[in-house]
Amino acid sequence: MRTCGATPGGPDLAGVDLANQSVIQGAVLRGGISDGVPNGAPVDNAYVRLLDLNGEFTAEVPTNSEGQFRFFAAPGSWTVVVLAHGAREEVIVQAQNGAPVDLIINI
Amino acid sequence: MSRATSLVSTDWVQENLSSKNVVFIEVDEDTTLYEKGHIEGAITFHWRDDLQDGLIRDLVSKEKFEALLSKNGITNDSTVILYGGNNNWFATYAFWYFKIYGHQDVRLIDGGRKLWELKGLPLVTEVPTRTASRYVAKDRDNSIRAFRDEVVASIGIKNIVDVRSPAEFSGELAAPAHLPQEGGQIKGHIPGAKNIPWSKAANEDGTFRSNEELSELYKAAGVDFAKETIAYCRIGERSAFSWFVLHELLDLQNVTNYDGSWTEYGSLVGVPVAVGA
Repeated sequence: MRTCGATPGGPDLAGVDLANQSVIQGAVLRGGISDGVPNGAPVDNAYVRLLDLNGEFTAEVPTNSEGQFRFFAAPGSWTVVVLAHGAREEVIVQAQNGAPVDLIINI
Repeated sequence: MSRATSLVSTDWVQENLSSKNVVFIEVDEDTTLYEKGHIEGAITFHWRDDLQDGLIRDLVSKEKFEALLSKNGITNDSTVILYGGNNNWFATYAFWYFKIYGHQDVRLIDGGRKLWELKGLPLVTEVPTRTASRYVAKDRDNSIRAFRDEVVASIGIKNIVDVRSPAEFSGELAAPAHLPQEGGQIKGHIPGAKNIPWSKAANEDGTFRSNEELSELYKAAGVDFAKETIAYCRIGERSAFSWFVLHELLDLQNVTNYDGSWTEYGSLVGVPVAVGA
């Protein structure tokens, strides 16, 4: 799959109160290349964990059928950990109100 | 009660998929997970539709529990193997439930659905058909269940363990960060409760930490194993996870799960509440 949609990454943000939410979201793709354009096959059975600044577990969600996930965090630094069969990826992100963090994570 | 009698590994599951006396049950908050794929031969229980009374806030009656198990061909002699998503939250809740109604042989898959998927083990979509049985439950064993009056009377006397996230404990949040926040309810925790989030008892892959690590975790947080312990969370499922750790893995017999939990306590008139870390 190689797409070039308007909102790459996580689920559609329609209806989300972005001004008051610090959204961290994205998509987990397998077999793609990290070249800025989402590509690869969605991983629908990955687990995504959100760790706080101290590395403490905060939340975990499974990816959906499109390989997507979303957290409502608080402004600040967070670590997103992706667990999937044969893969583990960590990404440090800065969450803030008004501008969602939208990730493409290739495994 | 020990790891040997309460937990099975994914290897054990693979070796026992065809065992006649073994019944695998997936218990989830989100039943679309079961539909997406489940362990071969597994049936599913929905933690709310199958395990909540629905009219009043309580477990289903003994008769309804018997009907649920009978409909699914479970007998009193069955070895019931539970697993689920969300790091086995709802599977441990069901484990506690089976113990309440006196089922003899019930165990949990260490790591649950997550470890199964992370290992790339096979899932199927076929729903098994099982011949109905005639299950006879025992009367409820309330020795592993705490009720509100006992909880209030236990403040400053028994160990009270709040297994929610630090933000829920301190009063910043009313529910976990991935769920909608509930209104109309006081935020905070039961005074004197130790905040030992359920997640600290689990490894990243969903398996339980070693008994040495678990024992140290609770002791370091100030839990006195010589005293009785009450675990609570928001609705009683994450605390069932921690109850499982204390009662089954660490083999402490004086541990109860307060399934009324914060949604009940935080709505009581006049009871003491603490906020902050």
